[in-house]
Amino acid sequence: MKRQLPLSLVFIFGVFMIIQYFVPHESSEWIFEFLLDWIYIIGIFALALGIWSLIRVSWDKIKYRKDNWQYSLVTLLGLFAMIVFGFDYLRNFQTAEGLQNFMFVHFFDYIMIPIQATMFSLLAFFIASAAYRAFRARSILASLLLIAALIVMLRFNPYFGPISPYLEKTASWLLNVPNLAAKRAIVIGVGLGIVATALKVILGIERAYLGKD
Amino acid sequence: MNIFDRLMSIDRRWVFLFLALVCVVIYASDISVKITVTDEVRKIYNFTDNLKPGDVIFVAIDYDPNSLAELHPMTYSIVEHAWRKNLKIIFTSLSQNGPGMADLAIRQISDSLAVPQEYNGVQYPARTIVNGEDYVFLGYKPYPALVIVGMGQNFRIPFPTDYYGTPLDEHPMMRGIQNYDQVKCVIDISGTSGVDMWIAYGQTRYNFPLALGLTGVMAADYYPYLNSGQVFGIMGGMLGAAQYELLADNPGRAYDAMRVQLFAHMVIILFIVMGNVGFLMTRKRSKL
Repeated sequence: MKRQLPLSLVFIFGVFMIIQYFVPHESSEWIFEFLLDWIYIIGIFALALGIWSLIRVSWDKIKYRKDNWQYSLVTLLGLFAMIVFGFDYLRNFQTAEGLQNFMFVHFFDYIMIPIQATMFSLLAFFIASAAYRAFRARSILASLLLIAALIVMLRFNPYFGPISPYLEKTASWLLNVPNLAAKRAIVIGVGLGIVATALKVILGIERAYLGKD
Repeated sequence: MNIFDRLMSIDRRWVFLFLALVCVVIYASDISVKITVTDEVRKIYNFTDNLKPGDVIFVAIDYDPNSLAELHPMTYSIVEHAWRKNLKIIFTSLSQNGPGMADLAIRQISDSLAVPQEYNGVQYPARTIVNGEDYVFLGYKPYPALVIVGMGQNFRIPFPTDYYGTPLDEHPMMRGIQNYDQVKCVIDISGTSGVDMWIAYGQTRYNFPLALGLTGVMAADYYPYLNSGQVFGIMGGMLGAAQYELLADNPGRAYDAMRVQLFAHMVIILFIVMGNVGFLMTRKRSKL
């Protein structure tokens, strides 16, 4: 029963969703919307679980003074501060007024945005260093990759004078012909893989999602 | 260690320092670069430019602050262009930190429109952007695929109220607007895999015109959809944003940042060339 019930549910709903896609009837749409709500409800449970897990892990780190416990303290402070501001100092749980709370907006605009943008900007430096070390013409394939990368990077460089238009055309060709062919092959392969995996799950051949026992 | 060995093993801190110096110097200078406009960006501009005042477009702001440098200028240039043309916009955001980005962009662009400007020789008077009349911001809901499919039936299914808690039916702009059938196009500005969902669950199922604004590294992945006609235009990275700014005669952040990006790329290429000269010469010597 422990295995048969989830397998049956997956089969019934899986087959229903396939058929529903091809039935443009009102009742079919209604059932589909009804099922969408279920997914949101399951998602809310996952959110609650995630918040609980974050609090427990961070609290344990602080309590037992594990390595870098200070970061966990900041995490918890940030979490609770945004909850307090987001609910307008815990005054409005029913409305969206908290989203306009001065502190909520300013914490996002002046802490969250600069932090994330800065972290991502640092990537440019690591890419520069990695490109310098990795892009070596060790073989014919590596040389082709290197040449293609250089052409695409230089495609709109106005300082190459008369060869600029040719660089642009070659880069365009690289993107629209070899890149397109490879990407299409990958997309079709991935698509077929998804269909195969979905069928295996629906038919009960793939059971890894049930876990052990 | 000879010069070729040195060329191959420059300490990465020198690479960082040189790149940072070039970025700072170029940013401080008044060098300008020539930008060439590509067809895939021009198609988005032409599509928006040819719409009639009062037409509704849908702009999905699906990116977090980490993609801000590349994608925020796209949002600014497209939205400002659309509002100058008196188009109405439905915004949504299907990435977690996206609502904050959309809210910030709406506030700042509204401020920018509060002063008169001239674009492409046309004078645009100052105007006040009103929530519910000029735009509606639907906000965020998890599970992008489900939200996209839900909006295809009715925007009110996933979003009975807007981001600010107002029921959608209370907005004058939303009268008669049920789903994608009433919007002229969807423009997804994205730094996430949500783009795939807009293509697979949105465009394929509901057949609306879809344009994409993507980060530089993502752009090449979506050219197949451009050629298949599923996507009518692509803006790739800072360059795509700069091209749109140029077309809209509204040079801004992207146009300015292209100078720095261009020279940063040249520095990276210089280091790659140095590394390869060292590598090839060392290999040649070892063969002798």
